[in-house]
Amino acid sequence: MKVLIPSPLLSYTKTNRVEAAGDTMAELLSDLDRQYPGLRFRVIDEQDRMRPHMRFFVNGKQVHDLSLQLRPDDAIHIVQALSGG
Amino acid sequence: MAKTSRKPGPRKKAAQPKSKKKAAGVAGRGVVVLVATRKGAWIYRGDPARRTWRASGPHFLGHIVHHMVLDPRDGRTLLAAAKTGHLGPTVFRSTDFGKTWKEAVKPPAFARPVEGSSVPARSVDHTFWLTPAHGREPNVWYAGTSPQGLFRSGDGGVTWEPFSIINDDPKYREWMGAQQDGTPDGPKMHSIIVDPRDPKHLYFAMSSGGVHETADGGKSFTPLVGGMEVVEGLDASVMTYHDPHCVVMCPSNPDRLYQQNHCGIYRLDRPSTTWVRIGKAMPPKVGDVGFSMVVHPYDASTAWVLPMDGSTVWPRTSPAGKPAVYMTRNAGNTWKRLDHGLPAKDAWWTVKRQAMTADGRDPVGLYFGTTSGELWMSRDEGARWSCLARHLPEIYAVETALLR
Repeated sequence: MKVLIPSPLLSYTKTNRVEAAGDTMAELLSDLDRQYPGLRFRVIDEQDRMRPHMRFFVNGKQVHDLSLQLRPDDAIHIVQALSGG
Repeated sequence: MAKTSRKPGPRKKAAQPKSKKKAAGVAGRGVVVLVATRKGAWIYRGDPARRTWRASGPHFLGHIVHHMVLDPRDGRTLLAAAKTGHLGPTVFRSTDFGKTWKEAVKPPAFARPVEGSSVPARSVDHTFWLTPAHGREPNVWYAGTSPQGLFRSGDGGVTWEPFSIINDDPKYREWMGAQQDGTPDGPKMHSIIVDPRDPKHLYFAMSSGGVHETADGGKSFTPLVGGMEVVEGLDASVMTYHDPHCVVMCPSNPDRLYQQNHCGIYRLDRPSTTWVRIGKAMPPKVGDVGFSMVVHPYDASTAWVLPMDGSTVWPRTSPAGKPAVYMTRNAGNTWKRLDHGLPAKDAWWTVKRQAMTADGRDPVGLYFGTTSGELWMSRDEGARWSCLARHLPEIYAVETALLR
């Protein structure tokens, strides 16, 4: 499925649109980490919690659960939250 | 290219190191200054006279870099602890003195709690401190994190594992306290010190949580807070109340430690386990609160601090807006103000715990970075100061090494 990558992660992917696979959000992130080593830990912590300033959207709806089931045609957006200086 | 400006100063020559033997061999060697900031890192290479400096950077522009350290065992490997405002923490590694960098394959991260554990799961917010291990342990490094955690790498910083018992020990977790017990930027593990005589003898400090040591390579740790004061009205027997800001070991006498604490400046001469508050000899109007603590590389009686305003709401600025370094030549019995070349007034910055250091030259060079992004240096052990760089982001850490 298509994944929109935020600019802070371009050092890993080199492009803001990538393809990744998985039946759940957790699997999708594992696949992203397989393709782009180190990416997952920058957005998901060691206790499998989404990091505070990263947001995840599936088909435009924000999600908070890594066990969320995905379909092959889902559109995934990883977004950096707004922050100050 | 950054160039220091020459400013007039006193003619008095800096005192010579007591251990000339130790200082031999450093003459004529250039100095590298590693500057970690809230928005990236810079490397300054100085000529042997320490008058002309060549800057490289920013490295990792936009990354919050808490510490950047050169491995003294090979003279070319750099580690940098970094995160961004959005992304989680990592460690970058360079084996060519900063020309190229590679991210750690496995950065410091806490273990998941075992089933039935009484302590809650934690996540590393950032790696705060990096220490190369003993000279006989090449490629071994230690890292301290926020919240407080101790980690070890055995492969030069490529992969990291939790180290020792303390990260999940219920008693240590109680002493570490919670988020609100730490600094505004999170509670810190810092001042990881390796005894040059024994790789199994380590010290570390926690803000908050006290000073601790191990003699068995991390199998067990013992608190070392005797004599340390806590905020008035609190019970000094409660470990959480102890806030050591910076602890350093004297290279010329590893049995002597100095400490800048939230509540004063201290010295400890082992095997004693009782710290002596040497900051009481500081001028009362200045006080003995600060973050950083620097010791002379060849003279264990000489140390420097940079006091800050710790009154009322804790402004943590230079006292009265007049920054000065204070030096002792007699292990803290007396202190001398060193401010020649520093702003005479209206300078409201401060210097954080990792942001002041010394080089190994003779006379010793001193360096500090300010919260306002200025990098200051002295070539004569603090007698005269000049500004090496301005307009950097807030400086978190300054380290030096002698070029080979």
